[in-house]
Amino acid sequence: MFDISPTEWTAILLSLRVATVATLVATPIAVAVAWLLARREFWGKALLDAVIHLPLVLPPVVTGYLLLLTFGRRGAVGAWLAEHLGLVFAFRWTGAALACGIMSFPLLVRPIRLSIEAVDRRLEQAAATLGAAPWQVFLTVTLPLALSGVLAGMVLGFAKALGEFGATITFVSNIPGETQTISSAIYSLIQTPDGDTAALRLVVISVLISTAALVASEWFSRRALQRLHGS
Amino acid sequence: MLRVDVSKRLGEFTVEAAFASEGRVTGLFGASGAGKTSLINMIAGLLRPDRGIIAIDGETLDDTSARTHVPVHRRRIGYVFQDARLFPHLDVRENLDYGRRMNRIAEDAAQWRRVTELLDIGELLDRRPGKLSGGERQRVALGRALLSQPRLLLMDEPLGSLDEERKEEILPYLVRLRDEAGIPMVYVSHDPSEMRKLATQIAIIKHGRVTAFGSTDVLPAAHAPA
Repeated sequence: MFDISPTEWTAILLSLRVATVATLVATPIAVAVAWLLARREFWGKALLDAVIHLPLVLPPVVTGYLLLLTFGRRGAVGAWLAEHLGLVFAFRWTGAALACGIMSFPLLVRPIRLSIEAVDRRLEQAAATLGAAPWQVFLTVTLPLALSGVLAGMVLGFAKALGEFGATITFVSNIPGETQTISSAIYSLIQTPDGDTAALRLVVISVLISTAALVASEWFSRRALQRLHGS
Repeated sequence: MLRVDVSKRLGEFTVEAAFASEGRVTGLFGASGAGKTSLINMIAGLLRPDRGIIAIDGETLDDTSARTHVPVHRRRIGYVFQDARLFPHLDVRENLDYGRRMNRIAEDAAQWRRVTELLDIGELLDRRPGKLSGGERQRVALGRALLSQPRLLLMDEPLGSLDEERKEEILPYLVRLRDEAGIPMVYVSHDPSEMRKLATQIAIIKHGRVTAFGSTDVLPAAHAPA
């Protein structure tokens, strides 16, 4: 049962790489967006909030198809990126990372936004009276006090990225060694006669990773609360 | 020299206050809700006046007719809040050092020693704010504001959240501060006895307006309730 084949290993490692890259690239953007939503009033704020949450409610296959239209080789953004930066998403693992990053973005933003909203603005005012410019206030007060929320968001986003299936397979297909993640490997195995045992192995691994992520996320949230209460 | 001549509408309430003070400690005295905190928030730059001028030593901080508004972090005005507002994720030493780091001032061991001795906080340096008593917290907040080297120190009821015993603990430090630190202060309180002990000039604030300005004899008689 626990004799993991090279193809399965490839899928596991690829999944980890895709989810890690997606999370690391998406986090700074998510922090910036979360700060905007938590601390600033601007025209179109409700719209931005809705767009961010869209991947949560759209059928993943729709998100994947929209990605194909924009970031595919003939898509407006995809063609430009390929020509000017040599960055190709279509049918590459980078495309899988993009799909996972977008699908997990709302889960990443939400805990970060909540933890920034929970930071006492009076502390930020105190920092300003001590001579801290707005960006210094953010880096020395807001972000450290919201850090556990950021970590919780990252863990949750990572777990979601790890399990993403619909948008990824639509956008970058299911190519072993390039875009075949744990989820798409399980899907392929189920379609194959005698693939049941291998599929079950990957299912167990998947459940283990996701559970660990949820436990970690919970732990970070609790740390966040303790930190805010100053102990 | 501190010159304030501002008006600000806050919902149903309007602050419309003018005074000019040369005093070492300018007291703003009035009942709660009289607009004292709004007034010093305007001096600090946390609140922007609808109309008027705020200037220190000839430097204009706010002038609505010229659209001047120096942002909070460039005013070099220290602020001690009623609720200390120490940073919970930093220990006392880091809290005290915060202003120096943000303003990129060189370390000054002599100044550090003077302030920590003046306020008796040398023993607390490694503790977190969560492990301090109310009085200790307020002393650290005072030290933190002083060490950012402000040209003016604002204090909004710094004893307001403390019980009588703690007030008696902190008051002597404030007197020493007035006599030794050489930084002009604006002191907000609704307690006439605090005002008598500390302030050198007093503005009486009622319903958002300055109704009297002068030495401690503008305060209500000593037997009046605080």
